Amino acid sequence: MVQQARYPTSEPVDFLVVGAGAAGGVVAKQLSTAGFSVVVLEQGPYLREADFRHDEMANTKFHPLTNDLQLQPHTFRETEKERARVQPAVMYGRVVGGGTVHFTANYWRFHEIDFVERSRWGPIAGTGFADWPITYADLEPYYTKAEEELGISGEAGANPFDSWRSKPYPLPPLPVKSSGVLFERAARKLGWHPFPAPMAILSRPYRNRAACVHCGFCMEFGCEVGAKSSTLAAVFPLAEQTGRCEIRPGCYVRKIEVSKSGRVTGAIYFDPQRREVFQNAKAVVLCANGAETPRLLLMSKSNFFPQGLANSSGLVGKYLMFDAGAIALGLFEHPLNEFKSVQVTRVIHDFYNSDPKRGFYGGGGIDARFLFYPISFAMGALPPEAPRWGAEYKKLLQEYYTRTMVLLSHTTVLPLETNSISLDPEVKDAWGLPALCVTYRHHADDWKTMGFTQEREKELLEVAGARKIWTFPLEALPPSAHLMGTCRMGNNPRDSVVNHLNRAHDVPNLFLVDGSCFVTSGRQQPTATIQALAYRAADHMAKLAKRGDL
Amino acid sequence: MHEPVFSRRVLLKMSGSVGAGWLGPRWAQVLRAAVHVHRAVTPGTTPRLEFFTAEQAAEVEAIAAQIIPSDETPGANEARVLYFIDRALVTFDREQQPAYREGLQDLLRRVQQLHPGKSFSGLPSDQQIELLKSMEETEFFGLVRTHTIMGFLANPEYGGNDNKVGWRLIGFKDDSVFTPPFGFYDREYNDAG
Repeated sequence: MVQQARYPTSEPVDFLVVGAGAAGGVVAKQLSTAGFSVVVLEQGPYLREADFRHDEMANTKFHPLTNDLQLQPHTFRETEKERARVQPAVMYGRVVGGGTVHFTANYWRFHEIDFVERSRWGPIAGTGFADWPITYADLEPYYTKAEEELGISGEAGANPFDSWRSKPYPLPPLPVKSSGVLFERAARKLGWHPFPAPMAILSRPYRNRAACVHCGFCMEFGCEVGAKSSTLAAVFPLAEQTGRCEIRPGCYVRKIEVSKSGRVTGAIYFDPQRREVFQNAKAVVLCANGAETPRLLLMSKSNFFPQGLANSSGLVGKYLMFDAGAIALGLFEHPLNEFKSVQVTRVIHDFYNSDPKRGFYGGGGIDARFLFYPISFAMGALPPEAPRWGAEYKKLLQEYYTRTMVLLSHTTVLPLETNSISLDPEVKDAWGLPALCVTYRHHADDWKTMGFTQEREKELLEVAGARKIWTFPLEALPPSAHLMGTCRMGNNPRDSVVNHLNRAHDVPNLFLVDGSCFVTSGRQQPTATIQALAYRAADHMAKLAKRGDL
Repeated sequence: MHEPVFSRRVLLKMSGSVGAGWLGPRWAQVLRAAVHVHRAVTPGTTPRLEFFTAEQAAEVEAIAAQIIPSDETPGANEARVLYFIDRALVTFDREQQPAYREGLQDLLRRVQQLHPGKSFSGLPSDQQIELLKSMEETEFFGLVRTHTIMGFLANPEYGGNDNKVGWRLIGFKDDSVFTPPFGFYDREYNDAG
C-alpha cells in the first residue's frame, strides 16, 4: 500500500494543479510519475465508482457531478450592451475527474485542417479566426499517448477523412447499436462514409479496468464499473500510486498569488471548512476549464497584473467558443432500444470540412444516438405537434420510446472577441466571489452550419426509412459544456495568452492547459485534443523543471 | 443499484471526514431530503400523506390521472404519482408548496365558475379534460405535468413508478448489464454476418 502524499502548505510543491478534470488528471499523472511533487486542488468532491447510481431524478435535481448554480450562480447576456441576468450559462464537471466523469465519451482527434484553417480559407472579417501555433503533426504523438493510456475504442482507417495515425486504437470498437446500423445503411446509400465511433469507453478489459457492460447510463452519469475512460478511472490512480500526488477535494481556489518579480508563488483557496489556506508552489498549472480558468486569472489581479494574471494581451476571457450542433429525430417500425449501451456507435465526417461553395464558413460531424433518459424523453422528445398530456400522449410515449433515434451534429463556432467570460460586477457566489458572467452570441455562419447539418440529418433519416422525422428549433440550445478559446494559444504575446507549449507569455512558471487554450473550436468533441495538449504540455513542464527553469 | 445507498454513503462520508459545509448548505439539505424520501417509501404499503390534505390529494390525483390516464394500460394512479408529488413537496421541491396551494385554489375557482358546488375530482372525465385544456398554458399545469412525468418514470424509491409500472409501459429496462444484440436492427445486422 503506497503512502498517501501529504504536503505541508508552507513548503513549495513542485507543481500545483488547479482542477482535477480532463487536463488536470493527465498533468498530475505525468508530473508525479516524472518524480515531481504535485498537489491537485479540486473544488468538487472525490467520488468513486460505488457512488455512481442510475438515478435520473438525482441528476436532474441534485447535480451531483456538475456545477451547482445555487452555490455558484452565473449571469448571462448576449452582448455587452445588455445587463447580464442570473441564469444557467455553462455546465462543467465539478468532481475529481471533472467532465470526463459525466461526458458522453466521444473521442475525436482534430484533423490536420483544424490547425491551419486561416491559411486555408483566409481571414473572416469581424472574427478572431486564426491558425494554431502548432500543427496536427506536433500533437499526433500525444493523441496516440492519450488513446493508449486512457483506453479508447475505435477502428483506425475506417474514417477516410481522418488524418494519419502512428498507431491504431488500443481497443476495438464497441458493438454497433440499432441506431448505428440504420445510420450506416442509409449513409452508404447516400454515398457517405460511416465509421465506428471512437469512444473513451473500454470495449475490452484493459489495464486492470473492467469493460463496458452496456448499461446505457454513460451520458451525464459516472460509470460504476470504471469502463468510461475518465481521468478518475484511468490516470488519477496512477498519479496517487507514485506517492507524490496529493489530491485535495472540496478546495476552491480564489486567487493565484505572484511575487514582486511577477512569478507565481502559489494559490489561496477555501478548504472544505471554508478556511482560507495558501499553498506554496514553484509552478502552477491551471486546468479549471475554459470558464473557470479565465475567471481565476481575472480574480488574480495584482500590482504586476492590474488587468488580471497573465493578461497583458487583454484577451483573458475573450474569444469564448461554445458547443454547437443540431438534432433530428426519427421513429422506426421496430424497437431499437437505444436506452441500452453507449450513446454513439456510428459517425460520418463527410461534411467536416468547410466548403466555400456553401456560402458560409463551417462544417461538422454527424452521429447517431439517443440523447434521452425516461423522464427527459417524456418531458420533451415527442414531435412538437404531439399532445403533451392525456391518453394519446401516453400512447405515443409507449410507441416512441423504444423506436426512436436521434442524429446529432457537432459543428464549428467562430471565435468572436465579444464572446467572453468576465466577472459579474454585482452578483456573488456562496463564497463571496464574483459570479461568472457569460457574454455570448453565435456568429451567423455558426447557425448556417447547424442548419446545413440538420438538413443532412433529415435526408439520412428519410433514406433510413423513418416512419416519422421531426426536429426542434435550432435556437433552443442548453448551457454549453464545451468551453474553449478564453486563453488562446499563439506565438505573439500581444494577441495570445499562452505560447505553443501552454506556458503563459507573461508568467514563466504559470501554465494553462484546458479548453481555454483552443484557437479554433474544431468540430466540438474537445476532450481528445485537451488531453493530447495536456500530455504535451506536461512533457515540456517536466523538461523545464528538470533544467531548473521553473 | 436501486437501494438508497448513494445518499447515505455520501452523507456518512461527509459527516465522518470533513464537514458538510464545503458542499454548501443546500447540498446537505438536499441529501438529507433524499434520505428522508427513500426511508419514507416501503413497497407494498400505503404511504402517509405529508403535505396534501385529503381534499387536495383528491384534486392532484385527478389532474395527474388526466395527464397520464389509466385505460388499457396503467397510468399515474397505478404508478402512485400522488405520493411521489407529496414526498417531493416536503423534500427536494419544498419551495413549490406555495405554487401548489395557489394553483389548487385557482383550480377550484375555475371549477366553481363552470360547475358551482363541485370539485375537480367530482367532475366527469370529459369536463375535467375540458377544464385542463383551458389551463394547460398555466405555470401550475406545467408544474403538475412535470411532477406527474417524474412520478411516473423516476426510480421507484422516490415514491412513484410503483412496481416499475411506468418503465414497463414505455419499454425501459433498468438492468445493470446488457449484452448485444440490443434491438431489432442490430440483431438483423449480426445475423446477416
